[in-house]
Amino acid sequence: MRRVGVFVCWCGSNIAKTVDVAKVVAEAAKLPGVVYATDYKYMCSEPGQKMIQAAIQEHHLDAVVVSSCSPTLHESTFQRCIADAGLNPYVFQMANIREQCSWVHSDRDLATAKALDQTAIAVGTATKGRPLARSEVPITKRALVIGAGIAGIQAALDLAEAGYPVTVVERQPSIGGRMAQFDKTFPTMDCAACILTPKMVDAAKHPNITLLTWSEVEKVAGYVGNFEVAIRKRARSVNAEKCIGCGVCEEKCPSKVTSEFDAGLGTRKAIFRPFPQAVPNVPVIDRDHCRHFQTGKCGVCAKVCPAEAVDYDQGDELLSERFGAIVVATGCDLYDPARMTEYGGGRFADIITGAQFERLVNVGGPTEGHIVRLSDHQAPKTVVFIQCVGSRDDTKGYPYCSKVCCMYTAKHATLVKEKLPGCEVYVFYMDIRAAGKGYEEFVRRAQEDLGVKYLRGRVSRIYPAGDQLRVKGADSLAGVAVEIDADLVVLATALRARDDVAAVARMLNIQTDQYGFFTEAHPKLRPVENIFAGIYLAGACQYPRDIPDTVAAASAVAGKVCGLFARDSILSEAKISEVNAARCSGCLTCKEICPYDAIEAEIITDRITREERTVAKVNEAVCQGCGACVAACRAAALNLRGFTDEQILAGMEALCRE
Amino acid sequence: MKIGYYPGCSLHATAKEFDLSTRAVCAAVGLELVEIEDWNCCGASAAHAISDDLAVGLAGRNLALAAQQGLDAVLAPCAACFGRLKYAAQHLAADGAELPAGLDARAAAGVRVHNILDALLHLAGLERIREAASKPLAGLRPAAYYGCLLVRPPQVAEFDDPENPTSMEQILGAVGAEPVEWYHRLECCGASLAVTNTPSAVRLVAEILGAAKAAGADCVAVACPMCQTNLDTRQAAAAARLGETLDLPIVYITELLGLAFGITPNRLGLGRHIVDAMRLARSS
Amino acid sequence: MRFPRSDGSPVADLTFAEAVAARSGENIAACYQCAKCTAGCPLAPDMDLAPNQVLRCVQLGMRDTVLASSGIWLCTTCATCATRCPRDIDLARVMDTLRAMALESGVTPAQPQTPLFYRLFLGLVRRGGRLNEVPLMAAYGLLTRNPFKDLLLGQKMFVKGKLNPIAPKVRDIAQVREIFAISEKSTTKTQRHEVKGS
Repeated sequence: MRRVGVFVCWCGSNIAKTVDVAKVVAEAAKLPGVVYATDYKYMCSEPGQKMIQAAIQEHHLDAVVVSSCSPTLHESTFQRCIADAGLNPYVFQMANIREQCSWVHSDRDLATAKALDQTAIAVGTATKGRPLARSEVPITKRALVIGAGIAGIQAALDLAEAGYPVTVVERQPSIGGRMAQFDKTFPTMDCAACILTPKMVDAAKHPNITLLTWSEVEKVAGYVGNFEVAIRKRARSVNAEKCIGCGVCEEKCPSKVTSEFDAGLGTRKAIFRPFPQAVPNVPVIDRDHCRHFQTGKCGVCAKVCPAEAVDYDQGDELLSERFGAIVVATGCDLYDPARMTEYGGGRFADIITGAQFERLVNVGGPTEGHIVRLSDHQAPKTVVFIQCVGSRDDTKGYPYCSKVCCMYTAKHATLVKEKLPGCEVYVFYMDIRAAGKGYEEFVRRAQEDLGVKYLRGRVSRIYPAGDQLRVKGADSLAGVAVEIDADLVVLATALRARDDVAAVARMLNIQTDQYGFFTEAHPKLRPVENIFAGIYLAGACQYPRDIPDTVAAASAVAGKVCGLFARDSILSEAKISEVNAARCSGCLTCKEICPYDAIEAEIITDRITREERTVAKVNEAVCQGCGACVAACRAAALNLRGFTDEQILAGMEALCRE
Repeated sequence: MKIGYYPGCSLHATAKEFDLSTRAVCAAVGLELVEIEDWNCCGASAAHAISDDLAVGLAGRNLALAAQQGLDAVLAPCAACFGRLKYAAQHLAADGAELPAGLDARAAAGVRVHNILDALLHLAGLERIREAASKPLAGLRPAAYYGCLLVRPPQVAEFDDPENPTSMEQILGAVGAEPVEWYHRLECCGASLAVTNTPSAVRLVAEILGAAKAAGADCVAVACPMCQTNLDTRQAAAAARLGETLDLPIVYITELLGLAFGITPNRLGLGRHIVDAMRLARSS
Repeated sequence: MRFPRSDGSPVADLTFAEAVAARSGENIAACYQCAKCTAGCPLAPDMDLAPNQVLRCVQLGMRDTVLASSGIWLCTTCATCATRCPRDIDLARVMDTLRAMALESGVTPAQPQTPLFYRLFLGLVRRGGRLNEVPLMAAYGLLTRNPFKDLLLGQKMFVKGKLNPIAPKVRDIAQVREIFAISEKSTTKTQRHEVKGS
């Protein structure tokens, strides 16, 4: 027979003001299985906890019920408390008579009756509880980083420095991500390449880092500490060992393709490195646009390569690796300006995006850093920047703010004023979001010292007028419509989630929000973790962010992973599902339902028939105890430890007592 | 196919040529027009500008009559009437409205309303139009002018792309014309401000016609009587404001189609314009 | 909330915004004053309050300022604003509502000739069921003390057969007049619901 102790908390006046605690105690003492019941003002405090521990000894309790606040707050507190007194932490049950009772009701009698019912359910549940154990799961101390922009690179470097082997998988031919495309970075106007390339080279050279570029993660199975990952190393068609990085193949290739790195402005070859400082400095062949692969003709690159490194027969390599932690740093994409038909719909050469302007002004870009109109390559005399294109827009874009556009537009405006001193520069804005170190001062400098004219209002439409573009905007502060004939218009387009986020999220068990950005475990208190243990998030794949924010997140992730790897094993969940093989028919519905892939099929020898049959088996290390399988099982062959069917029924019986 | 016909007040008076040419063209492409019996004024701008209930009521009566007369769809060539009838249909369905006894609001809400471009494109079809064009308008470079109410507001008009429509260009192209590329296709002509605030309207007309001229157009094709009136009758004042000659015939798209179908100009009402439009018949 | 001025401090009528929102069916509070409406409004250059300012004044409860503005009367309801508003507010509909409220309030309209024109128009519709431009222009010219306005134009149009001196009458004119009566007696005015595109 169970010996349950009931401890009812006042929580100061939070509970006691509405619930008659003394009455709850008196009634609870009469419940079957209860041998001791008492109350205290602050059960979670040190004296409160000591009281519980003393009662456990004195009354030989083998189960404890605390009626107080939310388990999310203090379940672990009380579990530790009774564990210290020698009880298994899982014989503890909690009744939330604060958030679920005293805080939401005002009638004292009714609230007291409810609190007593809640306590009775907890007591009933406790009488059928059993001690539970957690198992130890070994950890593979290797990290996988998906995405090699600045976030991925930083996380990899931090982990490598901490002594852990890191594999970085990057879909592009080179690491570097978006930052490699930038010219200068705000607010310091550091050259992006100058601060990024040393990190890129460090990542390439670090003995603990393995870079797999032109590669994709295809499948992820397993659980924290033990992920089984399938990686496809796509064929570069170039032997990386032989290649000396001379670039002759690129020079001689006859095919021209629109350059993704130049944001659609310039061209590249079919055999290419995305930019001269690419890491690794080994080209790839884009087989979809290569004449040799499409038509069987050409083959120039193989002929001219002095190292005989071109290998048309190279195939994809499939790798299967095990990692203890996965860092997701897959970045984001940009809004398509063609959606904003009133801004030209992408049809006019002199209306470009911020990303394209970044390439224009970069010395490695299609115009060698000269700010010119793309239509006639003349320097513009009037440039108009428009912020919030696709951002803060309920109808043609996304309702959220893309965070970085105010700053990079001020940067672009500053660059125009520096490179083209006589040029008139206008910025149409709605609000200036410059909340960073030195950010406000940077924007003010553009406005006050450099003479960039900031107009508060959106633009209604842009259309060609002669050689120029007529911008019809407004200034809401003066309450007037304004018209500017511009030579060049730059649209600060919204940052958005990539097109393939749904597939990636499914593969990694990450939740996405309504915009496709990856959702962290808690928006404030767990910003770099996924709800699914062992997967971490860093960078713009979560929401639009700038470089300092991204690097901080990446290092935070590295810290979290180091915390995981500091131990040799981790403890699994205790409240997990278990299968009663005698009842299991082997339908494996539970396996299909499990969101954590924690159920497998197992062949057993039936005890009675002596024949082999299939049943379900729960992987105790992976199971998170969500209970979906228990609900789905038609044969009631599954039960959730710590929340068994028997416990639930006992709780209900206690509730329905006379 | 049969379709209800709601001419609206202007087609019986200032926009007579729209009525004449629409009837002629619809006959040629197999659209049988059945004029709604005893139709009343839809209320145009006047009603909605000062009383939403009146606007829904006046327009709604016509839809109820159409339903009574067994017409499940109505062609309203005037863009304003089109917009008002569609608005009424939507709100009779959504909010209910008190109509006089004898008029079924429910049935009225179920009547489909088409503008002339919609009817030509989707009820007749480009194939039919192409076939009927025995005298294609080769060499004609019209500026297709949509104005406001054919496509805006988008949730009322539910027709074409409100920022980049192509229906008029498609229809004109089907009869051999070469519509010019220009960027004032959707700018407001000023509507009734032409009477109440003439200088404002003249400014707007001047911007539109100046742009059409600069784009190399030899005429302006319209599908709204208000636009036609403003661009035609205020053209002289607009030219004076611009300080340049305009001399652009402002013709209904149905007049151009009629010419392409070989229908005589008088049957189309081509002689009724202020800025001479008969020259288009001579040159075709 | 007050607006301090030397000649007395008018108090904000914060129920005004709610009244306009309810009657027009539009979410007035959603406007974040981006002024895209003003940027694209063909008549904004001629208005005393730009379209975004009209909505701002509604939000701030500046009832008299709004109802006495010229902006609401210069609006042609071209709906360029409604088509482009990133908060999906149909400002043209709000303008219709403000015009109706202005006339009900008894405030002298800033552009009196415009509601006059509309009233004459509707008066003729009430009389005969369909509009005849000839008596409309005649009455308008007379009442705006400008009887010769557009006379030459009218002559040209008459010669081209564009003007009908005799107004055709709707048979069931009683039914048309009943529609007018219904709209007049409705004191609360039907609350319109948003019908957003299909």
